[in-house]
Amino acid sequence: MVSKDQKIWRVVAHIVMILLSALALLPFLLLVIASFTDDATALVNGYSYLPEKWSLGAYEYILENKGTFFKAYGMTIVVTFVGTVVNVVLTALTGYVLSKRKLPGVKVMNIFVIFTMLFNGGLVATYINYVTVFHIKDTIFALLVPNLLMNAFMITLVRNYFEHSIPEEIYESARIDGANEFLIFIKLVLPLSVPILATVGLMGGIAYWNDWQNSLYYIDDKAMYTIQAVLNSINEGVAALASMAGSNVSLAELPTTTIRMAVAVVGILPILVIYPFFQKYFAKGLMAGSVKG
Amino acid sequence: MDVKKKKKTSWKHWIPFYIMFIPGFVYLIVNNYMPLYGLQLAFKQFSYQKGISGSGWIGFKNFKFLFASSDAFIMIRNTLLYNIFWILLGVVLGVAVAILFNEILNKTAKKFYQTAILLPYLMSMVVVAYLVYAYLASDTGLINNAIIKGLFGREKGIDWYMEKNYWPFILTFVNQWKSIGFGMLLYLSSLVGIDKSYYEAAMLDGATKWQQIRMITIPLLKPTIIMLVILNMGQIFRSDFGLFYQVPMHQGALLKATQTIDTFVFTALLKTNNLGMSAAASFLQSVVGFIFIMGANAIVRKMDKNSSLF
Repeated sequence: MVSKDQKIWRVVAHIVMILLSALALLPFLLLVIASFTDDATALVNGYSYLPEKWSLGAYEYILENKGTFFKAYGMTIVVTFVGTVVNVVLTALTGYVLSKRKLPGVKVMNIFVIFTMLFNGGLVATYINYVTVFHIKDTIFALLVPNLLMNAFMITLVRNYFEHSIPEEIYESARIDGANEFLIFIKLVLPLSVPILATVGLMGGIAYWNDWQNSLYYIDDKAMYTIQAVLNSINEGVAALASMAGSNVSLAELPTTTIRMAVAVVGILPILVIYPFFQKYFAKGLMAGSVKG
Repeated sequence: MDVKKKKKTSWKHWIPFYIMFIPGFVYLIVNNYMPLYGLQLAFKQFSYQKGISGSGWIGFKNFKFLFASSDAFIMIRNTLLYNIFWILLGVVLGVAVAILFNEILNKTAKKFYQTAILLPYLMSMVVVAYLVYAYLASDTGLINNAIIKGLFGREKGIDWYMEKNYWPFILTFVNQWKSIGFGMLLYLSSLVGIDKSYYEAAMLDGATKWQQIRMITIPLLKPTIIMLVILNMGQIFRSDFGLFYQVPMHQGALLKATQTIDTFVFTALLKTNNLGMSAAASFLQSVVGFIFIMGANAIVRKMDKNSSLF
């Protein structure tokens, strides 16, 4: 029995959701279309959903200058891969240990982790620490280590999962069979926690792929640029595009209006492709950041 | 029996767990605890040659300089006002969208909507800046060309990146555009938990949908709403650096509307080389932020122990 009132609400809900979905997606559509627009057309008419003239020029430019862009892309892939793997391992280990409620001192260890959610030294102190103590400027560590390698929210998520979803008896029976704790962790705990680790990995992967702040703070060397750093430097001045071409191309000759959009498209492509299939995990991971410890 | 077992567990049994904790421990020391030592820079005249401990103390001079400049007032005002307004707006929009979303039964449609609305949340702020630029660029932007010149027939477009008065609205729009899917998700999880029999009883009494929302849904969501507002209030001294730094394209003309504590700290530290003022502002943010978070958490703890951060 569906009342008329209910029907109206349902229709309104659909209309609002369609509008919101359009609002969310249309900017991306404009970005993609802009990147396929003829540069001269874009200069005269501006970015448009229905450009007068289409062109592959921007992408041809990127392919011709593969050195610069491929390198940045490769950098992003390497950093994302290594960072994500280390992130998952660190988070799983730490969360697992904290889930052992009988472990002597585990309360202090928990506070040690949770305190990092409440208080931090801020940008200046963190920057000076990494630059003067660890000298990470213009090294690969600058892209991997600061802030992204592990965070307390994900540790809490994993800890809660281990506490509530894996019964203690499983460990007991393994121990009776004589397996040591490291083996138990690798052979038993990790396989059982694949869903939660997938969430941790996806969130970590996105964070690394999207990161531009570590590059902004710690990287001056253009050879170390990730794709996000390239995007950022184009934002700071299109002159960056010319210097990236490395040749004697003058800025005026470059189809900068559309290239910048093409670089952005290339930068978000993996997320656009992967995201719809893993939407469930993303939703779970995002929620984790909001729940208590 | 349990007690006996516990007593039998020797300390040797626990050693592997302490070893497993070491990597995470080391990382938190390096990334989170060592920087705390650098907080003293707010009271020092820092030089890179002398390092943190070698630099001389200068008392509150950095803070004096900071508050003597007009920056301090603007960045604190902006940080607080944007946060307060966005927290309230986020609640209204998040709850409204979640309620509407929950009305829809078709699973495929639901999945599509959620996927679409959540997509902006996964983009880096650099990319968001590109999306905004496609609309707002003064020469090639879609709004100036297609709407202001095309639709309204004006001869000149608006110089969006030079006019600071528009930016409170632009930043608000971008912020909500990016976060509304996440907000919806937050409230949806409590919405789904509401017992269906309340609604069935209300319908038997002839209550309209609007009455059901007002009398059942909103009151039952209230604890979640209050909790989230207070927890967000704890973050009120922090701002989304990417949003305020990337989206306005670092335009100086917009600073009065776009400067927050985070953008000031960054600019003073790495662009204008004003480490003293930067350290003072950064220190202030850490300490005041800590007080806000502890305060918020204490309130939440009193209301509902399970919802507090610790």
